[in-house]
Amino acid sequence: MDLIIEGLLKAFELITSGDKGIFEITFLTLRVSFTAILISTMIGVPIGMILGLARFKGRKIILAFINIGMGLPPVIAGLTITMLLWRSGPFGDYALLYTPTAIIMAQILVSLPIVTGLTSSSFQQINEKMLLQIKALGATKLQTLFILLKEMKIALLAAIMAGFGRVIAEVGAAMMVGGNILGETRILTTSIMMEVSKGNFDVAIALSFILMTLAFIITFSLTALQQRRRVK
Amino acid sequence: MKKVNQFLLASLFAMLLVLLGACGNNDEAAEPAENSDNQTEEAAETNEKVDTKDLILATTTSTQDTGLLDELIIPLFEEQNPGLNVKTIAVGTGQALEMGTKGEADVLLVHAPASEEEIVASGDATNRQLVMHNDFIIVGPKDDPAGVKGLPISDAFAKVMSETAVFVSRGDDSGTHKKELQVWEKAGLTPTDNVSYLQSGQGMGAALQIANEKNGYTLTDRGTWLAQEKNLTNLQIVVEGDEDLKNIYHVMQVNPEKHDKVNSEGAEKFVEFMINEETQKAIGEFGKDKYGQPLFFPDAK
Repeated sequence: MDLIIEGLLKAFELITSGDKGIFEITFLTLRVSFTAILISTMIGVPIGMILGLARFKGRKIILAFINIGMGLPPVIAGLTITMLLWRSGPFGDYALLYTPTAIIMAQILVSLPIVTGLTSSSFQQINEKMLLQIKALGATKLQTLFILLKEMKIALLAAIMAGFGRVIAEVGAAMMVGGNILGETRILTTSIMMEVSKGNFDVAIALSFILMTLAFIITFSLTALQQRRRVK
Repeated sequence: MKKVNQFLLASLFAMLLVLLGACGNNDEAAEPAENSDNQTEEAAETNEKVDTKDLILATTTSTQDTGLLDELIIPLFEEQNPGLNVKTIAVGTGQALEMGTKGEADVLLVHAPASEEEIVASGDATNRQLVMHNDFIIVGPKDDPAGVKGLPISDAFAKVMSETAVFVSRGDDSGTHKKELQVWEKAGLTPTDNVSYLQSGQGMGAALQIANEKNGYTLTDRGTWLAQEKNLTNLQIVVEGDEDLKNIYHVMQVNPEKHDKVNSEGAEKFVEFMINEETQKAIGEFGKDKYGQPLFFPDAK
């Protein structure tokens, strides 16, 4: 019990003292996670829409693979990226291993299937009659897109939140491809692991507190956006 | 339906284009921002652009967990070599050596002399230099259920075995794990014969915490023990001071003749830095203020 109180006090102390290291780590965590989820969204949502609305050969197989990808263990994502980026690997010349870019790549690999899969399953439920009606009312293509996106807002934001949750919680792959390098690839989750192995439980609790607060604020904002009633 | 298809494809392309555009911007905007601090400072000093080169240091968790690298070595080295950016990858010694043999690292700081000699002999590493030592100790429960306190190291291990006391092994091919296996071998024992032998497969800190929770014995380096002691209320030192328990660290560079992508210039500088007089003195002072005793003893001549 003492330890938890100590940890919370330490968290308060670290945040109020404006510790530069903590600020850097937090900022990097946000930068990496946001970039990853942004790219996953921009790729995953359109692909999910196509897979949800269109019917073509091989679609079921693609869907099956995406659904498997939703459960891709992060360490396997990490190992895959590591092998690709090794100096002796196919992309070795770019020296990307142990950079924030490598962490972003691993995070995209784990979050893209989630965003794509959840988007496609929601678009599969769109009523054909609604599409016909939109067309009958003479909507242009762009208007149709906006109507569909608006109609699917709740499901899309749920997909993005699920992907974001995966990204910000990610530790195994980030440790492997990032290397937890001070000032470069040390993010909140990997520092928590390191502080625990150093025996600094108070710092670990403080960092967890920061991470949870961030996750809460972001998810809360997304939920608010999701639940906002449409202005009539 | 067909029209929707076409339209969706079109919008997908549009989004991809936006995405690619955004990525381009990101790279351009983010990269200079990251390096701008260093570069402006350096540019001001030398009045010309200095390229920062990465130097990958593969090392053991013990050097990171004690704070030696983050707090002392790396800042000091980068201050003296502004053109080099050290990337410390703290893993078990086994993995660090493997990174060396694959040419994934430029310089190694490890503590498993027998395995190190092998990779020097195979030509993967070169310029191996003695840096420092500390020592291993055996810690165990305060009530010492196996009664090993003060025994010589081999006898202590044998007693743990005969009493089937809990022994927590690193089990991760680290330098400490290799050392532990050496001790078992020297005592002529097979540790897995003991049903209470636990292989954690984790770092030293985690292994110590398991020993603390499970009333077990474990072999640890003194640095990690000192750093963690405050959390390990059930444990005490039971065996220490044996000549066999010396924990020796060497630095070496990955051989550029065998691995063409290594930064051999930077690696050579790092090796020189680790054994120069000033660094050695700083290593000897490290930890004195916090633990009342040094964590490492400099050995380079």
